This record gives sequence, C-alpha cells and structure tokens, in this order.
Amino acid sequence: MSVIGSLSLILLLWSGVEEVRLDQLQQRLATGKDTTFVVNFWATWCKPCVEELPAFDKLSRRYKDEPVKVILVSLDNPAERQTKVEPFLKRRGYELCDAVVLNEPKPHLWIDRVDQSWSGSIPATLFIRGERRLFGEFQFSPELLESIFSTFQAEGK
Amino acid sequence: MKYLLMMMFAVVSLVAQQGAPSSGVAVGDPAPSFRLKNIDGKYVSFDDYRSSKGLVLVFTCNHCPYSVKYEDRIIALANETAKLGFPLVAINPNDPVKVPEDSYDNMKVRAKEKGFTFPYIVDETQEVAKQYGAKRTPHVFVVTNSSGSWKVAYIGAIDDNANDADKVESRFVLDAVKSLASGAAPAVTQTKAIGCTIKWKE
Repeated sequence: MSVIGSLSLILLLWSGVEEVRLDQLQQRLATGKDTTFVVNFWATWCKPCVEELPAFDKLSRRYKDEPVKVILVSLDNPAERQTKVEPFLKRRGYELCDAVVLNEPKPHLWIDRVDQSWSGSIPATLFIRGERRLFGEFQFSPELLESIFSTFQAEGK
Repeated sequence: MKYLLMMMFAVVSLVAQQGAPSSGVAVGDPAPSFRLKNIDGKYVSFDDYRSSKGLVLVFTCNHCPYSVKYEDRIIALANETAKLGFPLVAINPNDPVKVPEDSYDNMKVRAKEKGFTFPYIVDETQEVAKQYGAKRTPHVFVVTNSSGSWKVAYIGAIDDNANDADKVESRFVLDAVKSLASGAAPAVTQTKAIGCTIKWKE
C-alpha cells in the first residue's frame, strides 16, 4: 500500500464516530469550563430525532468560531455504529457536530446520571456550561433551539 | 411568539430543576381504570380481570423500533405472567394521524402476524396514557388487584437490555410479578429505559 493510501486510511479511521461510555462523555463535558456543550441524544431509528438534527447542524455551523460544541450522542445499538450511524451522518453532512455512539447497556442505571428528570424518551437535549445546565425532553425546531440556546448563553454572563 | 418561547424555556427550566415529571401515577397509587377497544372490537377493562391477581399493562405500538425489539419478549412475558395470575394487556397510545403504521387496522395486522395471545387495545383519546403518565413505548405498569381495588406496583422497563435479549441480566417486570404473586413487595419498583416518545395528538 502506498504512503498516501495508508495515510488516508488512517485519516478515515480517525474521523469515524467513536464509541464512548457515559463516564468518558461526562469527563469531556467537565473539561471545557467556558465552552457551552449542546448534547443531543438521538438515534437513527427515532423519527423526531432525525427531523430535528438539521437544527443542531445549523447551530454548530452558526457558532463554529465560538466556544460552542454540539455533540450528537447516538443511542443506536453500538453494534451498528459503522453500518448505520456513520453512513447516516456522512450522508447528511453533519461533520461539524461531534458524534459518538453511547455504549451503555443498562439504561436504568445511566439515564438518571444524565438528568434526574429524564423519562428516557428521545429526542432529549442537555445544555451545559461549567456548572450551569439545562435539560429538555422534546423536539426542537431550528427557531426554538436558537432561542433557548441564546437564552442559556445570556444567563449567568 | 417571543412570550411563548420564554414560557417554554420556563417550563424546561422547571422540569430540569424539579426532577421527576409531576404527571401520572406513582408506585402505590390507585391504578386508573380504563375501557378501551381491543383489536377484536370488544372493550377491555378491569372488570374483565376480576379474578386476576393483577395485570401487566404495556404501552407499546407497531412502529417504534424499541417496541419491535421487545415484541417477541413481550409475547414470552405474557405467557409467563399469565401463569402467575397477571395477564398482559398491550395498549397503543399513539396518534395514527402522526404515525399511520400505528392505526387500529394496522394493530390488527401486527397482532395476527405475531400471534399475540393477549389483548392489544387502542387508547384513542390518549387519556389512559396521560392518566398513567406513560412517556414512551414500551412503558410498563404492573398493577395489582385486591378485591377490585387496583394499585400500581411497578413502573418502567421490561428488562435491562433492549439491544440484546441474550445479555439481559435483570427481568424487571417478571421479577416484580413473581414477587407480587407470592405476596411479597417487588425489590425493584421503578426503572427507566430509552424508548420512542408517545406520539401525542396536536
């Protein structure tokens, strides 16, 4: 295999959708003190989730030069990470959002760790900046997402 | 419009701060009665189960991939809990306008295809789902019957692994029913699970 071939293969592998445990995700959210994380829980099989994803893509593009990070957390079966989730995201062109597949088999143990108020239905979204957090369990239109995001950004500043 | 957005934000904040949603029943509460149409056209209510120790009410539907993942497990569960005196009743709460796959006619088709041995009833007004506080499909409520007094004994998931039935370690509903059937309180009375949101009418 040529050097360029090997390099592009490495790049391809590197840019894929990672599989994470909740601990890893929470560590990441705890690192960026000034960064606002918008964490959307979704799945390829969830129709309202798929419908609202463009709103999150739009948000990530709009704030790409600011300390704002949209993380798409897929709750698809981790076994379908490469066959379903990656092709889906690639096809839609959501490359500005970070995407991970959550690998936590026991929902009754981890749902409360994301937010006590979460019933477990998706879509669900967590806004987090340092100590501030806001959790909601409903489908966003682009306008509503932008509005709630702006309000969240303005508060505590 | 702006006012509406602020209201929505207030609601979101409220939910975020207060923890569990306030609507619906809690474990120990009286179980709301219902009378809903089965796929055979007959109505199903608590009155049909006077001699049962209780019921396993499963809010589920045709279209939701999580419900589909659990379909065979629900059929197996129904046989096991019925033997213990807790027949299973499946309730479809979804708006068929939003999801045509969940229409009454499609319920009949699915029940026949899969050979459902239990009622599959339709919550047309969505009132029963609201009274129970069902949030997603599948969402289970185990209720007990003590001489016509029905109470909620378990709320939550069927088991602890939706993706892989072979890797299930805790069968929450079956365990709860086993305890209740033997006159004991279930060790686990409430669990959460991922699922599809119930498709409410606009």
